[in-house]
Amino acid sequence: MEQQCINVIETMAPCLTSSGVDPGLAQFISIFIGVILVAIFPLVLVIILIWLERKIAARVQDRIGPNRVGPFGLFQNIADAVKLIIKEDITPAGADRLIYNLAPIIATLSTTLMWAVIPFSPVHIGVDLSIGVLYFTAIGSIGTLAIMMAGWSSNNKYALLGAFRVVAQLVSYEIPMVLALLVPVMIAGTLSMQGIVVAQLGMWFIVPAFLSAVIFYISNLAETGRAPFDLIEAESELVAGYNIEYSGMKFGLFMANEFMHAFTANLLFAVIFLGGWSGPGATQLPVLGFVYLFIKTLIVYIPSLILRATVPRVRIDQMMSFNWKFLVPVAIVNVIMVAFLIQVTKAVGLAPAPGETDFLAHLPQSVILLLGNLVVIAGILTYLRGIGRKARLESTVVAKAHDVPQVAAH
Amino acid sequence: MSVVNEWAFIGVFMALAWVLPAAPLAISWIFRPRRPNAIKMQTYECGVETVGDTWVQFKVQYYIYGLVFLVFDVELIFLFPWAMAYNQLDFFAFAAGLLFIFLLTDALIYAWKKNALEWA
Repeated sequence: MEQQCINVIETMAPCLTSSGVDPGLAQFISIFIGVILVAIFPLVLVIILIWLERKIAARVQDRIGPNRVGPFGLFQNIADAVKLIIKEDITPAGADRLIYNLAPIIATLSTTLMWAVIPFSPVHIGVDLSIGVLYFTAIGSIGTLAIMMAGWSSNNKYALLGAFRVVAQLVSYEIPMVLALLVPVMIAGTLSMQGIVVAQLGMWFIVPAFLSAVIFYISNLAETGRAPFDLIEAESELVAGYNIEYSGMKFGLFMANEFMHAFTANLLFAVIFLGGWSGPGATQLPVLGFVYLFIKTLIVYIPSLILRATVPRVRIDQMMSFNWKFLVPVAIVNVIMVAFLIQVTKAVGLAPAPGETDFLAHLPQSVILLLGNLVVIAGILTYLRGIGRKARLESTVVAKAHDVPQVAAH
Repeated sequence: MSVVNEWAFIGVFMALAWVLPAAPLAISWIFRPRRPNAIKMQTYECGVETVGDTWVQFKVQYYIYGLVFLVFDVELIFLFPWAMAYNQLDFFAFAAGLLFIFLLTDALIYAWKKNALEWA
């Protein structure tokens, strides 16, 4: 009985019913407890995430970071949360009060809801929706809406400019992100998150869908408003962007949401491209799945923190051209290439049987897809080098034309 | 788990997702001081009073990006069923998908040539 009651949702209701609770109520209680577990987890995690980010940013900038409150400064964020709670909350005159107050709640809501479909282990998943990928894409867009609401309702020009940039940036980078997601869906043949992880038991998707993984990572950085794409809250230009008028706990929610969203995006990357919970012994001992998933997430999350602390911000026109004139065409070519190669490997007979979990069975198709990816990447790099050379030649021609009178004067 | 149960989970989650961020706001509402005054509540500006209304007309560029996004987003939704069933489909599905993606790209090329993608 003990063993049977481990799974949060599926076995709890029967357990309760067998001990004499009304079946409907048992169903509800089991769902409710599942929801609470899944929803509280990111909110608790965010305290550690902010600490981690501050520590890493400090190390990059040759500082120590928080180290006074608690061991290694671990309780610094709890102290900060207390400070934010007892701060006065200022609603600017002329703000649209209802939307202004709803915005931080909706922002946090959108990130929390994404956790419903993340598979932590073979049995621990909030709910394995058959349209999981579409679900988190759709829920992720609500976050955009919340930032737009915050910027528009604040009645402040900086905030409004921040909101405009949100429309431009978040909306644009959703296209390459979704295009990149098509490739794992194509290989796995399912939209369910658990299904995608199970399909990776033989081979992680980062191998056959390498270019997709890169595109997904870059657009995730932009979607979460991280450097070098943190234009929505560019401190030097817009002071604080969309959350300039927010103070106290409302600002705290926006800040916590930003960190949570960044982590969630990397968690999704680990689930979709790095095999999620899969690893040696994970199917037998589900708890290991948690460990594997979080190690994999940190492997992609920590580089994004270092990126944030090191690279400068791009200009808005550069950012938009990079998306529409580079990422989107590359993502489209990538989808066509993968679709073509899948049909070819199927025709040749190298495609693995559906449900195959053997590494060797996946190897031929994955290698062929990887080679296809590398060919596309090589093509892109050659093209970029050509453009770069042309630009350099033009600039030297201009410089020489500029030099001529000076030489003559000598 | 039945389909009803799956969506019941999402439903309960959605209800709770409102409560969780609202809870710290409520706690803060109990403890925080309330001493508003006219100057404190002014719109934030860099040292001067804000000029004019904030809710003005904005750059048409944002609308154009919005429109291009809409074209892509709607078409991408149609690509998902295709991608999901792709493993079981034959070469004809590839040709059909190619045609569909071509139409998608067509819109992008059109917008590109019309200079709709320039940040002017």
